Amino acid sequence: MNSALTAFRYVIARDLLLAMRRKADVLTTLFFFVIAVSLFPLGIGPDTELLRKIAPGIVWVAALLAAMLSLGRMFADDHRDGTLEQMMLAPQPLGLMVGAKIIAHWLLSGLPLVLIAPLLGLQFGLGGDALLILVASLLLGTPVLSLIGAIGAALTLGVRGGGVLVSLLVLPLFIPVLIFGAGAVEASVTGLGPAAHLSLLGAILLVALFFAPWATALALRIAVE
Amino acid sequence: MLDVTGLECARGERTLFRDLNFSLPAGTLFELRGENGSGKTTLLRAICGLLSPIAGEIRWQGKNIKTLGDEYRAHLGYLGHLNGLKDELSALENVALTAPLSGITADPRAIEDMLRRFGLARCLHLPCKALSQGQKRRAALARIALGTHHALWLLDEPFAALDAAAITFLQSQIERQLANGGIVMLTTHQDVPISAPHRQRIELGI
Repeated sequence: MNSALTAFRYVIARDLLLAMRRKADVLTTLFFFVIAVSLFPLGIGPDTELLRKIAPGIVWVAALLAAMLSLGRMFADDHRDGTLEQMMLAPQPLGLMVGAKIIAHWLLSGLPLVLIAPLLGLQFGLGGDALLILVASLLLGTPVLSLIGAIGAALTLGVRGGGVLVSLLVLPLFIPVLIFGAGAVEASVTGLGPAAHLSLLGAILLVALFFAPWATALALRIAVE
Repeated sequence: MLDVTGLECARGERTLFRDLNFSLPAGTLFELRGENGSGKTTLLRAICGLLSPIAGEIRWQGKNIKTLGDEYRAHLGYLGHLNGLKDELSALENVALTAPLSGITADPRAIEDMLRRFGLARCLHLPCKALSQGQKRRAALARIALGTHHALWLLDEPFAALDAAAITFLQSQIERQLANGGIVMLTTHQDVPISAPHRQRIELGI
């Protein structure tokens, strides 16, 4: 058990260290998110009422697309240089190490979006409460994007044109997260209260947390064989 | 320790070998020979469990490796064609961060020492992308050599791209492992003078 935790820690540490050496990868996702969201107020014009109404949807759609951007790299590099093979031969459950990789992926591509989102929400004239709910919904929702995305990334590993395929495979599965995530912010703006949406997001997160690492591990075994 | 019975593997439609049988006691050096494409790598991958054979059984200490799972993998030191090194990390970081995954508990000084003995003293802290093919191979082999508790080493072309000094050192490490009762399986095209308590050789593709 102890060795499993050690392995878990080392996988996260390695991925974070790699990201420090390759900052461009992390920044690409973040800049894409910021620019995509910022384009809308410019395109639509200074209609505060309208902007406030569409803000949750836009931030969430941009978050989905930003997550898609980073999925391709999740296992492809490890596959190419042989570290994935070594991970599979380690005497720890592969699901656990995949879980570590997913956590590292979220820390590098999901968490920055959560942190920058309030700033972007201000452009749309969202109030304090709505901003708080936006952050909460992203905090619950972006890990789901990493978890489900990992399954897609593993299934398309080594496939030609995997990038397009992964979006076809994964985007439909992201729809519930989009609906409840954007819905939570909308509900708080209209005064309905976001509790129901956030609970559902939390439930989705728990289910994904339970099944996704295991499903990803299975898909990886098939891909490597 | 390792028993293989009736093993058959294929790549795509083509059968590479069938009805392969061998039994390796502790301390055996097992040399795999054969021309390119004869299935040496496939056999190694089947034995470490990365690839499922079409037929036959692989047993470790009398139990099927599929049922042993993690318990079997705890005995494995595998080096394939790919070195398993990250280009952005230095040789030292690479080994220090991946060795714990395979249960190697060497402290940083022991890792550094092993890399030095493999002739990497001057490039310990260089990112691996700056290393030559042979130097990368040495870093990967240093990780294997640190796994002295692994009872089964599976090495795919370990001597390729190495210079004479590195080959001699690797031989000494393999000999030490064999003397301690480990099994070493390797594929090679050249004759390597390794003294071993037991020795077996198989020629694939004939």
